[in-house]
Parts: sequence; C-alpha cells; structure tokens
Amino acid sequence: MYSEKFQKSLAAVEAARDKNVAMEPVRMTAQQKTDLLAAYHPDYRQDQFEELKIGPNKGNKVPKELAAILQAHSRITADSVDLENPDYDVDVLVIGGGGAGSSAAIEAHEAGANVMIVTKLRIGDANTMMAEGGIQAADKPNDSPAIHFVDAFGGGHFAAKRELLQKLVCDAPEAIKWLSELGVEFDKAEDGTMITTHGGGTSRKRMHAAKDYSGAEIMRTLRDEVFNRGIPVVDFTAAIELILDENGNAAGAVLMNMETKELMVAKAKTVIISTGGAGRMHYQGFPTSNHYGATADGLVLGYRVGAKLLYAETLQYHPTGAAYPEQIFGALVTEKVRSLGAKLVNVNGEVFMHPLETRDVTAASIIRECSDRNNGVETDDGLAVWLDTPMIEKIGGEGTIEKRIPAMMRMFGQFGIDIRKEPILVYPTLHYQNGGLDITPDGMTTNIKNLFVAGEAVGGIHGKNRLMGNSLLDIIVFGRIAGKSAGATYKNVNVGKLTLDHIAKFEKEIADAGIETETVSPKLLPDYARKVNG
Amino acid sequence: MENMVNIFLYGKKYSVPGNLTIMKAMEYAGYQLVRGCGCRNGFCGACATIYRIKGDKELKACLACETKVADNMYIATLPFFPLVKEVYDINKIPVDQTVMMQLYPEIYACIGCNACTKACTKKLNVMQYIAYAQRGDFEKCAEESFDCVMCGVCSSRCPAGISHPQVAMLARRINGKYLAPDCGHLNDRVQEIKDGTFNDLIEALMQKPIEEIKELYNNREIEK
Repeated sequence: MYSEKFQKSLAAVEAARDKNVAMEPVRMTAQQKTDLLAAYHPDYRQDQFEELKIGPNKGNKVPKELAAILQAHSRITADSVDLENPDYDVDVLVIGGGGAGSSAAIEAHEAGANVMIVTKLRIGDANTMMAEGGIQAADKPNDSPAIHFVDAFGGGHFAAKRELLQKLVCDAPEAIKWLSELGVEFDKAEDGTMITTHGGGTSRKRMHAAKDYSGAEIMRTLRDEVFNRGIPVVDFTAAIELILDENGNAAGAVLMNMETKELMVAKAKTVIISTGGAGRMHYQGFPTSNHYGATADGLVLGYRVGAKLLYAETLQYHPTGAAYPEQIFGALVTEKVRSLGAKLVNVNGEVFMHPLETRDVTAASIIRECSDRNNGVETDDGLAVWLDTPMIEKIGGEGTIEKRIPAMMRMFGQFGIDIRKEPILVYPTLHYQNGGLDITPDGMTTNIKNLFVAGEAVGGIHGKNRLMGNSLLDIIVFGRIAGKSAGATYKNVNVGKLTLDHIAKFEKEIADAGIETETVSPKLLPDYARKVNG
Repeated sequence: MENMVNIFLYGKKYSVPGNLTIMKAMEYAGYQLVRGCGCRNGFCGACATIYRIKGDKELKACLACETKVADNMYIATLPFFPLVKEVYDINKIPVDQTVMMQLYPEIYACIGCNACTKACTKKLNVMQYIAYAQRGDFEKCAEESFDCVMCGVCSSRCPAGISHPQVAMLARRINGKYLAPDCGHLNDRVQEIKDGTFNDLIEALMQKPIEEIKELYNNREIEK
C-alpha cells in the first residue's frame, strides 16, 4: 500500500516488469567495479576515517566512530575489583552468546572443559539470529572448496588471509553436517539433495538455507544444545575489560551486570571473544540491519590489551536495507530476494545493474543511482530504489515467496505491503564488520596468548568484502575451531597472578598522544533514548 | 509534531509520534532499554508485549519492534517468561511420541481453548502444532511452528502450563536430525575432504601469485 507520491514510479515499474524479467543484465568488468567502488562506496570516503594515534594499529585509519571508542577510557580502574577473589573460575570463558560463541562453547564442552558463556543481553541476541539468506558450502558435485576459495577471495578483493580462508572453505561441508546432526532443518528436496541458490558473487549455487530464517534456525538450535549440555550462561552481563596474568596472557575478564551494574571477576585459563559486529555504531550515519548490542565491544576489549586489528577500516553496507516504511527503516531485506530473481529497478522502471554482483559493488551502484544519476525514489527518510519482488513469482511460480522467503513477506505484510504483488523500496544499510581482531588458523590472536576470537569480531577471513552466506559459515567454522583450540590449550595453562595494569598503561598512552576524550568504552548499547530514529 | 498519539507505558501517559513502533515510542519517551530489546526486527522474540486499546475488551499481544503505536494504547512489556525447557541428549532420545510423554507430558492436558493461537505474536496456529506434537507427527509440528520466535506469549496464556515454544523446538530438532532425508552429496563431500581429494587444488591456490588468481576469478564460469 503505497501513498499517492509513489504511484507514478510504481506504474513505470509495473509496465516494464515483463520486459525486465526477461532481460539478462550484463555484469560489470573488473575495471568498472573498481571505478564504481572508488567513487561511491562509503569505505572510500576519506573524510569519514581517522588515523589511530595509539595502540597496536597506530597509524592505521578506521571509521571515526570506531577510533573514538578504541582510544577511549576504561569504564573502571584497576582497583575497582578484587582480582584475588574471582567470582568465577573456569577453563574457557566465552564472551558473547551468538552463533560463534555458542559453537565455541559446545566444542569446548565436548573437549571436556569447564566452560561458561557471558553475554550482555540474552544468548541468541546476536546478528546470527537475523541472518536470513543462507550459509555457503561447496558440497555439490559441480563445486569444490577450491572454487569456493576463488569466489570468496575475489569477492574480498584478494585481501583475505589465505590460511584462514582455506579453513573456511575446507571445513564448510563438515560444518553443514554438524549442524544437520544437531537438528538444523535445511531446505532439501525429497531425495535429500540440498536446495541451493546463488548469492552475489558466487559462481556455483552453494547457498544452503532454512527458508529465510537460516540464522534463526541455526541460532535457536545451538542455544538449545548449550542448554542441554548444562553450559552456564550468565546473561545480561557484559565483559567490560579483559584481565591478563603477569606473563601478559589472557586470563579472564571483568564483568558488569547490565541491570545492577555490579562488577564481578571471571578468572579463566583461556578466553574466547565472540562479541560480534558493530552496526549499532552507525558509521557515517547509516541505519543498520544489526541487533541491538552490535557495538564492537570485542575490538575494544582486545585493542586495549594490545591485540592487533586487521581491516578495521572496511565495513559492509548491505545493498538492500528496507527504506520504507519508516517502522522498518534499515532492516535487512535478504539477498535471497535477488537470488530468487528480483531485480533492482530505478525510479523510471529501468533495471540498472545485474542483481547479483558482490554486496559492495551493488551498494555502490545503488548509491550512484540515487545520487549523481538522480534516479532515486524519494521517501520520507531519503532516496531509494525499487527491488521488484513480484518478479520472483513470475519466474518461480505462484507461492514461491511464501515458501522461500516467508519472513520477508511477513515483515512487509505487517505494514500493509504485499511483496508478492508490490515491489519494495531499498537503500544500503550498515550490515557487517569485515575487519576485526587478527588471528592465526587455530583461532588465537596473533599476539596475545590464550586469547581466541571467533565470528564477526575476527578480521581477515573474508578480506575487504564478504560474500553472502560466508558469515553464517564463518561463525560455525571458526566458532568450532576456537572452542576446540581453547578446549585443548587450557589443559597446559597455569594462570599467573592476575593484573589490570594494562588500563593505566593505556591511559598513559592516551595522555602522551594528547588525545582529549570523555568517551568510555566498550559502548555496550546504543543510546536511542529521546530520539526518533534508532 | 504532527500526528501525535497518547500511549500509556505501564499505565503512565506519554505523547509520541503516531508512526513509531512501540519500541521506538518507548525510546522516544526516554527509556534506555536493556531488557525487552534484541534484534529489533521480528526474529528474536525479546520484545513480547501485551496491550489493550482503551475501551476494547480484548487483550492483544505483539512484538514491540514491529507493531505501530495507536491512540490510547495501554502497554506492558513481557521481556521474560519462565518457559520450561527440559534437557535431553539429542543422540539418545526416542523418535516417536514417547519422547513428548517423557519430557513434556503436560501437552496431553491441553483443553483446546486455543488461547495460545489467539495470543501468538507471529499468527501461528499454535494449538495445531501442539496437536501434531501429541501425535508424534514431528514433521508437521516442525513445519507449523517454523516461524516461532520463542517469545513465550502463548505460554503466558495457557491454562495447562504448556511451554509451547520448547515443545516445538524439540520437534524441529528431531525432524532436522532424524526425519529429514539424509543428504548423499554432503556425506560424499565430507568424506572426499577427509581423504584429501582437494588438497593439491587448495595448496596450488595458497601459493599462486595474486595476478594469476585475479585472472582465474575474472574468467570464472558462472553456473546459470
């Protein structure tokens, strides 16, 4: 149900639909993509970045908002807590209760470790829950891990750490099998063949899905398994500072109850950071598809004790965030909508690109359409382009939308838009943190011993852009790796005397660099009180 | 501001823009949410909410993140509901209705009032999927409950004390693990990787100069 002002453009989209369904748009050349990104992708706007003055990545540029929390004060001082009397003492401390943290906890438990999850909201309040489209794995006869490798490496602009990408693609089929055996319901044909589709930038149809609730289905299954195993989950409790031991190795975290603000000490032989992404930092003022707690906490915790970041300057703007109605502004419209045949159409009803270019290229192309080319559709919140969803049923037949993307149908249906009959309006939304903490293939940070990282808080697996379906894959693959590694490592760890000396040291660096700031971090939650948008 | 409406948060009156969701309206009013807010997008079930429009006898349930405010809406959030989650070993459970009799026997005390279905924030046919679970028809229970976000509103209305979302969760795991057809090509590929079938190909990629991989990437054959 679109108001009067959209009708003229809507009529153009409808009039051109049959012609647009039939056409096969050409893909861009490598040079065209490079030029487009440089001119329109938000990662290339130099004035939105700031050089870090302190810490292991001194001299690197990161988004301004990230620089502010990386170079901020701790929420505590060393004497805020009593390190001699820890409230918890475990083998493996998992910080973050999303898909990566849950996978890690299950594997560490399987290895015999005394493992505990702390999470600032509830277990499952994570971007994993919101991943709609699917999970990649090269398990069909016409595909191979090597082809998957080339797709992901190219899609990430040839910047991925190859030894991490190797793990990702080679462990992928096993990850799908592991999930299946836990009871995750993948879309299958009657003979058991996986129903798979393309994602932007894939050369084979290797996107496995559970309708368009792929992440939710995986997350709720992992959560159920965590509970079945009796792994303690300390919820509404944030890690606000890592604890090192006298040898400089990770040895626990200071925890804060989100409601009572009580501080506690968790001592641990190994620590796994699985805190997820950063969408709620709203870099460059973009809306986000991310969950409420996505505030880059893990990057802050790690950076303050000296762990290195990789590619923290690269973010993923998902090309299709909902641009209308206002109530779901910024919410994710899964790429699967385009995998199933919907094309991107401008205000005049013209298809302006191949719908399955990589995400960064697609986002840049939409931004170009809405800026210099002046072909955007005006909404209350800015400009947008059409994503012509009725094409899906013209191609796949009536009922395809309800069967394959029911969550999308429901989300727009809630506000009176029937996506089977009407197209939807989209604009890029801040979606994924490509960069993060630098790790080795066993999941440990490159320079802090016994500190592991998994999931979106890792940098380097995908390079500088990520393909659809490779993040659900990475949280499972690297979550399991971190859990297994920590589950083996702790057996040989003798924790030395606990210290929080790094806080004062970092404060001195802030002062010496002449940084004047009142910001404290990690941020934990965005501040939307008394604001209209959020 | 145009189109303001009056809402009542836990009974207290606030004036908010009428196009906001309940969640955004709470924030507009000044709440800094900790509980009752997760994905903000209808997937996680954190923001279960009950409301009544003044003068209307019917109590309604919704997710605060995807429901617009209305004038004279009385709102109370339900950020936590004590569902009963029984623990089990997924590798050692019977795959018929005896598992339900053992773990969730209260489902057989359903009196058919259908309050669960009426309350569902996702408009699912909750009583129907419980009926499937009673019969051990886990495939149908899984299908019917698939969109469940486990917000717990159904259970808050149930006179028999059933934890519907947890019953459905069990049914879906049984369906995914035991009843869905086994995937031959997946098993084959896992074995091939264990056998090292792709080691040479991958090793070659690990060493290849960037320019050569670019060549490979830019000239890939893309499956139609």
